[in-house]
This record gives sequence, C-alpha cells and structure tokens, in this order.
Amino acid sequence: MRVMIISATSAIAHEVSRCFAADRAALFLVARNAERLAAAADDLRVLGAAKVETYVADLADLSTHAALIEAARQALGGIDAVLIAHGVLGDQKTAQQSVSATLELFHINAISYISLITLLANHFEAQRQGCLAVIGSVAGERGRGSNYIYGAAKGAVAIFMSGVRNRLAKVGVSVLTVKLGLVNTPMTAHMKKNALFAEPAQVGKRIYAAMLRGEDILYVPSFWMWIMLVIRNIPERIFKRLNL
Amino acid sequence: MGRSYQSWGNYPKARNQRVIPVHWRDAPPDLQAIDGSVLAYGYGRSYGDSCLNENGTLLDITPLNRYIAFDAERGLIRCESGVLFADLLQFIVPRGWFLPTTPGTKYVSVGGAIANDVHGKNHHVAGTFGGHVTRFELLRSDGSRLICSPTENAELFRATIGGLGLTGLILWAEFKLRRIPGPYIAQEKIRFGNIDEFFAISEDSDKEYEYTVAWVDCVSGGDKLGRGIFIRGNNAWLARLPDKSAAPRTLLTMPFDLPPFALNLLTVRAFNEVYYRAPLGKVQHKIVPYDPFFYPLDVIDDWNRLYGKAGFLQYQFVVPRAHDRSAIKEILRQISASGVVSFLAVLKVFGDVESPGMLSFPRPGVTLALDFPYRGAPTLRLLDRLDQIVRECGGALYPAKDARMSPQMFEASFPNWRAFSQYVDPKFSSSFWRRVTGQAQSGK
Ligand SMILES: Cc1cc2nc3c(=O)[nH]c(=O)nc-3n(C[C@H](O)[C@H](O)[C@H](O)COP(=O)(O)OP(=O)(O)OC[C@H]3O[C@@H](n4cnc5c(N)ncnc54)[C@H](O)[C@@H]3O)c2cc1C
Ligand SMILES: NC(=O)c1ccc[n+]([C@@H]2O[C@H](COP(=O)([O-])OP(=O)(O)OC[C@H]3O[C@@H](n4cnc5c(N)ncnc54)[C@H](OP(=O)(O)O)[C@@H]3O)[C@@H](O)[C@H]2O)c1
Repeated sequence: MRVMIISATSAIAHEVSRCFAADRAALFLVARNAERLAAAADDLRVLGAAKVETYVADLADLSTHAALIEAARQALGGIDAVLIAHGVLGDQKTAQQSVSATLELFHINAISYISLITLLANHFEAQRQGCLAVIGSVAGERGRGSNYIYGAAKGAVAIFMSGVRNRLAKVGVSVLTVKLGLVNTPMTAHMKKNALFAEPAQVGKRIYAAMLRGEDILYVPSFWMWIMLVIRNIPERIFKRLNL
Repeated sequence: MGRSYQSWGNYPKARNQRVIPVHWRDAPPDLQAIDGSVLAYGYGRSYGDSCLNENGTLLDITPLNRYIAFDAERGLIRCESGVLFADLLQFIVPRGWFLPTTPGTKYVSVGGAIANDVHGKNHHVAGTFGGHVTRFELLRSDGSRLICSPTENAELFRATIGGLGLTGLILWAEFKLRRIPGPYIAQEKIRFGNIDEFFAISEDSDKEYEYTVAWVDCVSGGDKLGRGIFIRGNNAWLARLPDKSAAPRTLLTMPFDLPPFALNLLTVRAFNEVYYRAPLGKVQHKIVPYDPFFYPLDVIDDWNRLYGKAGFLQYQFVVPRAHDRSAIKEILRQISASGVVSFLAVLKVFGDVESPGMLSFPRPGVTLALDFPYRGAPTLRLLDRLDQIVRECGGALYPAKDARMSPQMFEASFPNWRAFSQYVDPKFSSSFWRRVTGQAQSGK
C-alpha cells in the first residue's frame, strides 16, 4: 500500500498513519513544521512502515500542491490512498470583524482543499482505483453564529467531495468524507472537555477502517449522525434564535 | 472522554487544578509564564496525591506518545514520556521483547514509571524500572533541556528516577527491554497456611523463578493469620498455546461508583473463602498469557470505582530483612483485630539490586501493599498505628500509594530527602510534596 498523508502532524491524521504503518505501508508525509514532521516520521518508522518519506510545505500556498503530489508519486512509485487533514479552527469573533481574516480562514479550510482534491481526483480518475479521503466536520452541516466561517468552509468541501464521489464512482475510486465531532487534539486544547470528546486514537482507527472499506461518509463518533439528523431538521425560523 | 485528573484512589480530591496538555516535544509550554507551580501528570495511576497539584497546574503528558527509535537487535527503545505501557507491550511482545519490569497495571506512562521508579514481580532479580533507563531528556522551568544519563548530568539522573516528578518534565526516555521467548508464562500457584510458610516458599522460589508475588488474606486471624496464595512463574518457551489461541478478553467497565456497603467484611470474607480453598501446599501448574499474569486487575476497567465516591487508601510499606517476619505478623494482627477490611493484600520480597534513584522506595526487605476503603477517622487511626510499627523497624512507605503520611514518617522513610531537594525544580511541586515537607499549611 502506498499512502500519502497531507498534514501528517495533525493528531488525528497521525493516528490514521499509525494504522497504515502497522500494515507495513509505504508512507509519504506532508506537513509544514519540519521538526514535528520528523517526530511523526520516526514514530511511523519504528511502528513498521515499509518506507517513510517526508515533504515540508505550507498548504496555504496553492503553488506547492502540484509539486508535492508529483513528489509523492515519484517517491512511492504511485499513490493508492490519500488522506487530507489540515485545518485551522480560527476565532470566529475576531475573524468576523475582518474580510481578510474571514477569507484567510476560508482559504486554508476550503480553497486549499479544493485545489488538492482537484489534482488528486484527476490522478485517481486516470488510475481507476484508490481512495481519496478528507477530514471534514459536523460543523460543516449547518451554519452557527459561533463558528460559521470554519463551518462554511467544511461544508463547501463536503459538497465538493460529494460531486467528486459521484464522478469517480464510475471508475471505482472511493471518496470518503469524514465528519468528525469533537476530538481531544491540539485544535481543541483550549476547550473544556466533556463526555462528547473522542480520543484521536479511537477516531484514527475508524477512519483507517473506513478508507480500507471504501466508505462514502463517516461520522465519528457515530452518534453524531443522529445528533446532526436532528440539527439539520430544526426549522430555520427556530434555529436562528438558538444560541449555538 | 473528559479525564478527571484525580488520583487512582479518588482520595484526596484535588481542587482548582489547571491542565495544560503537552503535544510536542519541540515546543513545550513556557513554564515560566504559568502562574503558580506545575507538575507532570501521566495516567493518574498513583493512588494518593503525588500526581496531584491542588491550586496549581498539571502538564498532561499523554499526547507525548511517539516512538523515536527502536534497536530490535539490542532491545533498546527510545520514546516520548507519555507512551503507555499497554501500547508498548502490543508493539514489543510480538517482536520478542518485554518490559524490563512492570507494575501491576499496564496503564502507566513511561514518565510515571521513572518518576516513581516502579517495581514489579521480578524485583528480586531485575531491580526497579529506573535501573534499566539509559538516558532521558529533562525540561527544566528555566527552559533548559538536559540529557541525563549515568554519565551526563548524573546527579539529576539519579534525582529524577524516583523523583516524584519534582525535578522537571521528562520529554523522552531510552531504556533496555528484556528478551522473551514468547508471550506466555509458566505459572505456579501454591497455597500457604501462614506467614512462616510464605517466607519459606519465597526463599526457595526467588532462586529459580523470575517472577514471585503472594496474595494474603487479611481478614482471618488466629492460626489462619497470613494465609495466602504464592504465585511464581518464568517465561514459557511456547510461542503459542497448543489447544486454543489466547482470545483477546473483553474489558468489563465499572459504570458507576458502587454504594459504600458493597465491599464490606462479608463480601471480602466470601471472596477470600473461595479464593483460598485450593489445596494447601500443592503446586498448581498452568501456562498463562502474560496479560492475566502481570495485570489481573486490568480486566476490569476503572475497578477503583468499586470503592464508591469516598475513595480508598493504599498502604504499601517495606521493612528491612532483620525485622521482616515480626513486623509483617504484627501488622496483620493489627489489621485483623481492627475489623477494617483490606480487599487486596500483596506481599513480595524485594532483592538487593540497587536502584540509581536517590528517593527510590524499594530496598532489601519485604513489602506489603494493602488497600482500605476510606471510612474517615477509624481508617486513618489504623494506618497511624501501622506507621509506628514500620518506623520502629526502620521501614518506609511508598509515596506512589500514599495520601496521608506525616512529614515525620516521610523523613523516617527517606532520610536523604533534604539532599534530594536541591535538585527539585523551583517551579515544580505537588500536593504530596507540600504535605510531607510541611509546606501545606504555609500555603506555598
Ligand atoms: C492497579 C495498580 C497496580 C499497581 N502496581 C504497582 C506495582 O506493582 N509496583 C509499583 O511500583 N507501582 C504500582 N502501581 C503504581 C503505579 O505504577 C505508579 O503510580 C505509576 O507511577 C503510575 O504512572 P502514571 O503514568 O499513571 O503516572 P501518574 O500517576 O500520573 O504520575 C506519577 C508521578 O510521575 C510523575 N510524572 C509523570 N510523567 C512524568 C514526566 N513526563 N516527567 C516527569 N514526571 C512525570 C508525576 O508528576 C507523578 O509524580 C500500581 C498502580 C495501580 C493502579
Ligand atoms: N479536533 C476536533 O475536534 C475536530 C473536529 C472536527 C474536525 N476536525 C478536523 O480534523 C482535522 C485535523 O485536526 P486535529 O484535530 O488533528 O488538530 P491538529 O492536530 O491541530 O491538526 C491540524 C493540523 O493542520 C495543520 N495546518 C494548519 N494550517 C496549515 C498550513 N497552512 N499548512 C500546513 N499545515 C497546516 C497544522 O499544522 P501545524 O502543526 O504546523 O500547525 C496541524 O498539524 C482538521 O481538518 C480539523 O478541522 C477536528
């Protein structure tokens, strides 16, 4: 198995990488912080990955995308599966005061994904097999006053992915959108923890299994599917008054 | 899941603790910028207050769980300090290696194992965990990061092993593993009728068995005083069992705290009656997977909640060889007479292998670990009486299990603590440390 992990230093992505490493997969890891990337790579080598290559890139810089995918293809001799995981939660309150801050958040969470997915969809379409997985969020299902910039970006990616899935289904490529609830990672380090929070190791195993099985949409933990079913069905007239 | 950041005994409960997770070793938090004192927190498997920092900050090191290097020929592993023994075992056992020594639970971190210099069933041959550590990196609050080994920063190395987390934050550690032929243990169980029989079996067994330990019945008095089961074993050469493969066991979880009447004299007595009904003196042989042999209690997740909301106290002491028999007998007599029940009582003879740790607990002699449901003053009074016996024969209490020893008892247990304290990082402290050094009242 030849797997590319985009944002390999994300706590959740790393847990997925660990599952692939235990399977002796060859891995190509992309992240922007070289020192952390090296720490993640060492761990995966010890765990048994057949090969670990690293590549440093700031994913907000779209001009790096074609090159990094090509580098992965060269290093691994092809790509069977990809996980895209980077993200910035941002601070809604400060961002909403500024167009540039809002667009910057939208850029890293949506535009950079659309760029990467476009390039990778073409790769997989030509290859006629493989798995393209991205990490989305339940926050992308409905805009909330406290978090709609991030939410809109995640929502845009989910709709984009559903189109790509529809297109690539014809050639047998699986396209997975992961819809995460709350996970205990650096991204949520500032939040007060409660029973809704899942651990990255548990989430990583679920994503890994869904990638192998070729699933379409994965809610993790799965109870979020029911919570979101309710949330999606609250009439806007009522929803707009809620403090969410 | 929200973590509770209390200790395993649920007593005492620490209030007003701030928690900062440590995710990356390249960018640990700036400790100087934190108000008040700090303390590393692993998996909270210490029973009392040595992993707590009331009105201070806990540095949650469990996200620091990456491997750094593994030398499969020499069995040398380097990993971040939050690596969990349970995960490590899953990785090393199939590769033919085992922990150099392990406590009775696999849910501890490498950092916690060093800070308490933990011991296991092979102490008589292998010594403590710290004796197998070759080096580690220590972060001090002034921002310095020091590689410590027996030859480099040697004093800090010795202070940090068994140093109760007070000398700084261990970022990663390197230690030696033990070769094993397979994941099984050839186990033998022998029932003994009293303490003298225990000592006889122990003396024989420690020469030929790598792992030895005993469970003691603390409820029965008179001629049954100190009866129990001796458990010993060696690594079995089998790679797999001939009949069926060891199926992974499902964990039971204690879903809520049991009401206080659940663990009373009657239930413990009933348990002991069943447990000790095996024939006296006869050796029962069995090949068992390493997991139930080393970690019998880990089958039930959160078993500490058996004790209810009030929590419970562990009491573990060591008494030197010269006085071991008389002291153990006297202590068992006191417990049995008090009517206070101890559910788990574990007895083991420590060997002579010296630990590098300055403040290490294990020393040649006999150790007994007991646990008592917390019932307020009567429980504390009994333990004060036991303290006296331990002190009179020059023994010591184990800080990892302690929630109540006095500064005097600490001084008696660790007469060199003042020498140790020069290595304590000025920013680091714990509820335990303030209590046993008498700073608790002064509010420092
Ligand atoms: C069922 C059970 C059985 C046990 N059996 C045994 C036994 O047989 N033998 C034995 O010796 N012990 C035993 N123990 C005690 C246990 O092994 C120790 O308390 C161990 O240190 C717990 O590890 P932890 O990761 O949970 O650390 P914690 O309890 O969270 O912390 C323990 C100490 O380590 C320090 N620490 C943790 N990480 C770091 C770090 N990175 N840098 C610096 N300091 C750090 C903390 O500050 C604290 O002082 C047992 C405990 C249980 C619950
Ligand atoms: N945690 C949750 O509760 C939760 C819930 C729903 C969805 N998610 C999603 O899950 C994914 C993984 O997040 P996580 O929880 O694992 O948090 P995380 O560990 O903080 O991971 C986020 C990663 O994104 C990287 N990143 C951000 N901007 C980047 C850029 N411009 N270029 C390259 N990398 C960049 C960060 O790199 P640096 O380390 O270099 O900063 C970091 O490694 C994200 O997409 C997130 O939106 C998380």
